[in-house]
Amino acid sequence: MASGMLSLTCPSSSSLSLPHHFKGGAAAAGKPKLLNQASVFGKRFVNTESFTRTTMAVALNVSRFESITMAPPDPILGVSEAFRADTNEMKLNLGVGAYRTEDLQPYVLNVVKKAEKLMLERGENKEYLPIEGLASFNKVTAELLLGANNPLILEQRVATVQGLSGTGSLRLAAALIERYFPGAKVLISSPSWGNHKNIFNDARVPWSEYRYYDPSTVGLDFDGMIADIKAAPEGSFVLLHGCAHNPTGIDPTPEQWEIIADVIQEKNHIPFFDVAYQGFASGSLDVDASSVRLFAARGLELLVAQSYSKNLGLYAERIGAINIVCSSADAATRVKSQIKRLARPMYSNPPVHGARIVANVVGDPELFNEWKEEMEVMAGRIKSVRQKLYDSLRAKDKSGKDWSFILRQIGMFSFTGLNKAQSDNMTNKWHVYMTKDGRISLAGLSSAKCEYLADAIFDSYHNVS
Amino acid sequence: MASDHGDSVFANVVRAPEDPILGVTVAYNKDPSPKKLNLGVGAYRTEEGKPLVLNVVRRAEQMLVNDTSRVKEYLPIVGLAEFNKLSAKLIFGVDSPAIQENRVTTVQCLSGTGSLRVGAEFLARHYHEHTIYIPQPTWGNHPKVFTIAGLSVKTYRYYSPETRGLDFQGLLDDLNAAPSGAIVLLHACAHNPTGVDPTPEQWEQIRQLMRSKGLLPFFDSAYQGFASGSLDEDAQSVRMFVSDGGECLVAQSYAKNMGMYGERVGALSIVCKSADVAVRVESQLKLVIRSMYSNPPIHGASIVAAILKDSHMYHEWTVELKAMADRIISMRQKLFDALQARGTPGDWSHIIKQIGMFTFTGLNAQQVAFMTKEYHIYMTSDGRISMAGLSSQTVSLLADAIHAAVSAVV
Repeated sequence: MASGMLSLTCPSSSSLSLPHHFKGGAAAAGKPKLLNQASVFGKRFVNTESFTRTTMAVALNVSRFESITMAPPDPILGVSEAFRADTNEMKLNLGVGAYRTEDLQPYVLNVVKKAEKLMLERGENKEYLPIEGLASFNKVTAELLLGANNPLILEQRVATVQGLSGTGSLRLAAALIERYFPGAKVLISSPSWGNHKNIFNDARVPWSEYRYYDPSTVGLDFDGMIADIKAAPEGSFVLLHGCAHNPTGIDPTPEQWEIIADVIQEKNHIPFFDVAYQGFASGSLDVDASSVRLFAARGLELLVAQSYSKNLGLYAERIGAINIVCSSADAATRVKSQIKRLARPMYSNPPVHGARIVANVVGDPELFNEWKEEMEVMAGRIKSVRQKLYDSLRAKDKSGKDWSFILRQIGMFSFTGLNKAQSDNMTNKWHVYMTKDGRISLAGLSSAKCEYLADAIFDSYHNVS
Repeated sequence: MASDHGDSVFANVVRAPEDPILGVTVAYNKDPSPKKLNLGVGAYRTEEGKPLVLNVVRRAEQMLVNDTSRVKEYLPIVGLAEFNKLSAKLIFGVDSPAIQENRVTTVQCLSGTGSLRVGAEFLARHYHEHTIYIPQPTWGNHPKVFTIAGLSVKTYRYYSPETRGLDFQGLLDDLNAAPSGAIVLLHACAHNPTGVDPTPEQWEQIRQLMRSKGLLPFFDSAYQGFASGSLDEDAQSVRMFVSDGGECLVAQSYAKNMGMYGERVGALSIVCKSADVAVRVESQLKLVIRSMYSNPPIHGASIVAAILKDSHMYHEWTVELKAMADRIISMRQKLFDALQARGTPGDWSHIIKQIGMFTFTGLNAQQVAFMTKEYHIYMTSDGRISMAGLSSQTVSLLADAIHAAVSAVV
């Protein structure tokens, strides 16, 4: 592999031995004539007096990609890379939002293992899925989101297309917006998940931000949020986190959601939900879907991107969906057909494995119940480390600083309120890895490490500015 | 207002037609006839007409699923490292100096389509020439992938309907007329849809011409091992270009040769002039991927890696792969013989001359429609049939249908 950076992430790559069974290479080919580069380029430059022999030699070996600059590491995924490179034994990875057990091990859900075994026993084939994905998956995912008996589903007003987890589903929606709502803006919360802007930038969809996080209260700037949504041009897409806002962990209350829906309706905006934590935030699938269902019940058309990365631990399988709730079955059919047209030149059709797992788990009553129990355990562990972290900080910090926001925030992440310098101190001095915006993933915290983390936060907050 | 049932923000969204290739299967599925035959999409079928999961794939999958130490954590943006390394070796050869000199960056992508799209997006952002030349005809999805990525698509002559072979002079003339630096899409082997490939001598001429004009090769390798039955033979065109020290892009797919269709396993490799350039190129590929789907799916790539790195499994794979390729070659012969036996008008030798999964029959759209309507035989309207979908039982049905179409419809 060509990457120096890659050697951090896969230390085994350099020690992979050449499998002896690989035949071929130039030897078997009957070596083609090595390009006589001098003569080929000589022909081009023969009439150009200004080119010296040195210039020609340089021109011969210049890559067409010579001017490409090194891109910076991803701010979120790059954290894990840096963590892996750190040899300090106290190191703690609170970067990417992947659930860890109390032993800080990755967790594959039991229901997932069961589903995979079932799938293996059935000996299913590996044929192409339709462009829109696995039908049984699309059915259960819409039902999970909106409720199985939701009239919207019965009336076939929901266009559901399997997507590559949350990112892929958001990207399909962005591509739809770019094509069918030219000039329409997406309003993104400030702050939001770092990759949201990348997705809309690369899809060439303009965006602007609405106020969300209030650093003075470490809470929601509700008035700012409402004002900014009101001020946006009519027909904007408002990107909302269904629950467990990333990175702040701060969600609107049910009453606030009603007001947000009022404003969106008034301005003919289109709600665009990112639902990456259904079931993971409160532990209840239905409670975590209530914001989406509230909007849907009002008869609004809306977009909802779903991910099963966290709630089913299917991170690497890339399984999610984009749902478009439309005002009619006809509109849903048309919209679905156009999303397919956008997926085809991106990857043709989505990967089958993760979709089958979800369909098996959600579609089987026993497995579904078991899943709900496992999810409650995961959400419960996070709530308990929140409590422990808070308790540790309160015990340590007699300055009067109010850390209770840690308990009020919900989901995998906590927005600590630490600034970049303080976050850097967390990493450089304490080997605690987190993103520069002050976000920590509680899913990566064990109760055993709460004290240590409290020490690190206390030191960074009070001793670094 | 959007909340009124009659009014929708999607009012101006029209219904898109079914994808011309994948739509064939949609239409086939709707057909109630017990004798229907799907020769549309290129997915291998056994002699019994069933989809095939290779034995070695099942074994590898079993190993992986039963391995309790395995987790489902996010892969790196560039995918499974082991898979990437093995994929590069597979296409470029284990002794490839380009690999040994670290001049190759390989990133896991979503099968062939995903690899092409990521490569195209990268070129649209970072390469000075935004025109890509694609052969006429080519896989239906090619122009869509390149256009949506921001490249402008032009064609070069490729297929000669008169000879049902390669229009080599046309190809050379068109590439010669291309602006210096333009990107050129090349099918590494088993050209889709025609099954017509350049000979090694012709490939060498193409290589020399392209290098003299500084044209950038972008290989689509979807049939390595599937065309001739030999993995090395099917990689010769790519290796010829890489051996001359020049740069190129290669999109690899494991959909057909490992039967991984639905798992979406593939890789994009970019061969660069230097290791330093390769590192920078890779970092930019990551930005393209991150905003599209963050990181690729693990399941299929793990299966492929498990097979490629184990000598027994690798060998088993080559045997199963050759069996698939051989069955297709035998179907070609059977169809040719059946048409000869019926005295079907025309020269059908192209059926046995063409290579790979598909045969470009030369049937026109009306004849195709006739065959679908009267014989429930499904294929793309350009007359392309997937030989992988034929069996000894169904060859005679197909021969009857072709005979009827050619006689009845002109």
